[in-house]
Amino acid sequence: MQQVQKKRKFEFNSRQYGMIIALVAIIILFQFLTKGILLKPLNVANLIMQNSYILVLAIGMLLVILTGNIDLSVGSVAAFIGATSAVFIMDWNISPVAVLFISLVVGGLIGAWQGFWISYVRIPAFIVTLAGQLIFRGLTMVILKGQTKAPFPDVYTSISAGFVPDFITNITGPIYLFGKQLHLITLLVGLLLSIVFIVGELRKRREMKHYGFAVSSKLVLTLQIIVMVVVINLFAFWLNQYRGMPTVLVLLGVLVMIYSFVTSRTTIGRHIYAFGGNAKAAALSGINTKRVFFWVYVNMGVLAAIAGIVFAGRLNAATPKAGVNFELDAIASCYIGGASASGGIGTVIGCIVGGLIMGVLNNGMSIMGISIDWQQAIKGLVLLLAVVFDVVNKKNK
Amino acid sequence: MKTATRGIRSVKTTLDQAILHMKDITKLFPGVKALDCVNLIVKRDEIHALVGENGAGKSTLMNVLGGVYPHGTYTGEIIFDGKECVFHHIKDSENKGISIIHQELALVPYLSIAENMFLGNERARAGIINWQQTRAKTTELLKLVGLSEDPDTLIADIGVGKQQLVEIAKALAKDVKLLILDEPTAALNEAESDHLLEIIVNLRAKGVPSIIISHKLKEVERVADSITILRDGATIETLVKGQDDISEDRIIQGMVGREIKDRFPARESEIGETVFSVENWSAFDPVDTNRQVLKDISLYVRRGEVVGIAGLMGAGRTELAMSMFGKAYGKKITGTMTKDGKPVNFNTIHQAIENGVAYLTEDRKTAGLNLISDVKENISMANLKGISEMLIINKSKEIHIAEDYRRKLSIKTPTVHQIVGNLSGGNQQKVCLSRWIFAAPDVLILDEPTRGIDVGAKYEIYTIINQLAAAGKAIIIISSELPEVLGMSDRVYIMNEGRMVGELPKEKATQESIMRCIMQSSRGN
Repeated sequence: MQQVQKKRKFEFNSRQYGMIIALVAIIILFQFLTKGILLKPLNVANLIMQNSYILVLAIGMLLVILTGNIDLSVGSVAAFIGATSAVFIMDWNISPVAVLFISLVVGGLIGAWQGFWISYVRIPAFIVTLAGQLIFRGLTMVILKGQTKAPFPDVYTSISAGFVPDFITNITGPIYLFGKQLHLITLLVGLLLSIVFIVGELRKRREMKHYGFAVSSKLVLTLQIIVMVVVINLFAFWLNQYRGMPTVLVLLGVLVMIYSFVTSRTTIGRHIYAFGGNAKAAALSGINTKRVFFWVYVNMGVLAAIAGIVFAGRLNAATPKAGVNFELDAIASCYIGGASASGGIGTVIGCIVGGLIMGVLNNGMSIMGISIDWQQAIKGLVLLLAVVFDVVNKKNK
Repeated sequence: MKTATRGIRSVKTTLDQAILHMKDITKLFPGVKALDCVNLIVKRDEIHALVGENGAGKSTLMNVLGGVYPHGTYTGEIIFDGKECVFHHIKDSENKGISIIHQELALVPYLSIAENMFLGNERARAGIINWQQTRAKTTELLKLVGLSEDPDTLIADIGVGKQQLVEIAKALAKDVKLLILDEPTAALNEAESDHLLEIIVNLRAKGVPSIIISHKLKEVERVADSITILRDGATIETLVKGQDDISEDRIIQGMVGREIKDRFPARESEIGETVFSVENWSAFDPVDTNRQVLKDISLYVRRGEVVGIAGLMGAGRTELAMSMFGKAYGKKITGTMTKDGKPVNFNTIHQAIENGVAYLTEDRKTAGLNLISDVKENISMANLKGISEMLIINKSKEIHIAEDYRRKLSIKTPTVHQIVGNLSGGNQQKVCLSRWIFAAPDVLILDEPTRGIDVGAKYEIYTIINQLAAAGKAIIIISSELPEVLGMSDRVYIMNEGRMVGELPKEKATQESIMRCIMQSSRGN
């Protein structure tokens, strides 16, 4: 019994880490191909900011894909949110902070509109969101009258283009290491995350022991902790070399933590997986499947709004062509990250890793000077291969 | 044994006139002998009825004949039209002139009658369809089955009765030599049934023999020239009109004449007060809201009691169970429901579960289990509250509980993290049962709890059911296997055509009495 438990744990880990290993391999490959430019602190910060909106969309898309559907409208919705915020701020002079909240509400309403048709009227999601893609792209152009609107105030752009201000240094005064000024807040966050990770692992271990399960040996645990702590702090230190933490990284980190928790540890998450695995069985087990389905789309709308804000902020403009093909990148991220097209399988971490694989490919190839056309083709091939690998792997089991 | 000699005697006299001779057909499924040396002889000029209880092997036999189970997956010989046949595929048997019309019609609803008629058999030259010929031929064939519809009418626009006839015409289009109809009148009303049977009799006169599988024994008595009775995968006897008694009673006796051995664990019932009841319960079809599916049904179940609901397929038992389970089935549901002496009304499945009612589906693969998920998550699915606090799941507790059920119900799985799709049918069913036991209901409705499960696992499931009854749960078992209903129940309800047509205490319930009850209620229709 104990052996069985341990063996399973190992299998589970190898499957989860498979994608991460692929990501690391791709990073190393491009680090080599770009002659070390890829991992320069400046480029790392760039990489995060460039891909942030896709990753935000990928998180929402994961939940949609878990239900066995897709959402084709998110790129248009993101553009629509950018356009409405531009009008609110620049033409109607509403305060940027209020506009941020309004945008989230508008995103939620758009999600509710689509979720209503999909869940309660049973119109196929493909059709509803394809219609949404056209509707919100069209409305974006109507609102912007086909023009680009700029610029946004600093408060608005700081979310995606800014860095977390180092208020600790403001108190302590500058501290130097190897002749470089330390960005203290970044290092502190790294340290805090390390502590959270250690406490979490220890608590999990205690709980498992409480229920009489086999736990990994102290040595393995220590190694796990050391590896994670080193990775976290190295990353913090690396960011520290440029301008510290991009604000959007904080946003992403918080979203990843919340959604990982919701999907894996709460009954809401379980409802979504059960719905995607077998909707009939879920309904007969007392799960309100229609409500689950509806809220997944509302959530997608809100996250599309966040992506829209981030993208508009990064561009410092609202343009009619914003967000074109974003939905495809978000969907591809989920599939590369191991989500199943028929629903019920996939993780938040997986879709983030999938998104990062696409991001590193993009960034690496751009640095190498490979044309956009080739980049598209290569990304397509990677998507296909990743899914083929997953399917073949499952068949062999 | 006596019956076997009778079979042999008739073989000699009829073999020359036989269109079909199936000889010693044996078909094994994992753990089950579905057919055991079955013999069937059909003459060139007869309507041959194949009767038997659900699971007696009728459909399996026809699937062997139709090439659904290819040559090599069974043993025995099929001699058709004087030649031994080896069918590897459905097409092979069709090409020889064998046409099977299944209960679920194989017509494409949004194609026209003409298009359906020649689907896969198009009137075409070099891939280009000759529509004039198609239509003309269709009209001609439709006339043969007494239809005068426009060949361009969509299948979706004609009723089930006419669709059935179109299927027959479609078979005729392929130069059919033997027509097989599986429960042809199950979905038809009296007039439609009469018409269909008349067509079959006419076809016999034109030299097309047929095999009909039917539960409606009065029809069998009326049209069949000979009747082969199957029971537990074996041929029991063949009755010939004019030689043997082919009355309903005689047929029923042949169908159920079996002793029940020690297939059910013993139980001392300790029956308490009424826990759950419905009165004047009616419901309509969710799609065709004018069709009443359940008609004025009343039933009750008491603490510690196991109540069986017997009936043929399509009697409305599953519909009844699901309509009571938070209106999971049906529209315009009326009637009163009482739980623990108080009137209740469940509008959602969630409410039903919260109020202590559980329903184990008959279809565990498509409606019961999340097959891509693991054992523990399937067990906790109906009672996530039991493993969570403030919406947050305690995963360790979940594993702990799943392990507990794995032990108690002896679910054979390496770990509770095993994907449920990889388990055997019996173990999957135990996972379903665990789910509902964990939901801690007072009333458990078990719909076909042992369908598709081998004998050993069946016994284990019966034992679990007995334990639940002993623990004071009120249990309703729906089963198409009469021995199961009889072996498990303290009391038996009999349903037919959407009505409760009888209620028998354990002592009075026998296969004969139940069958008779069903047949009599059909007759009164």
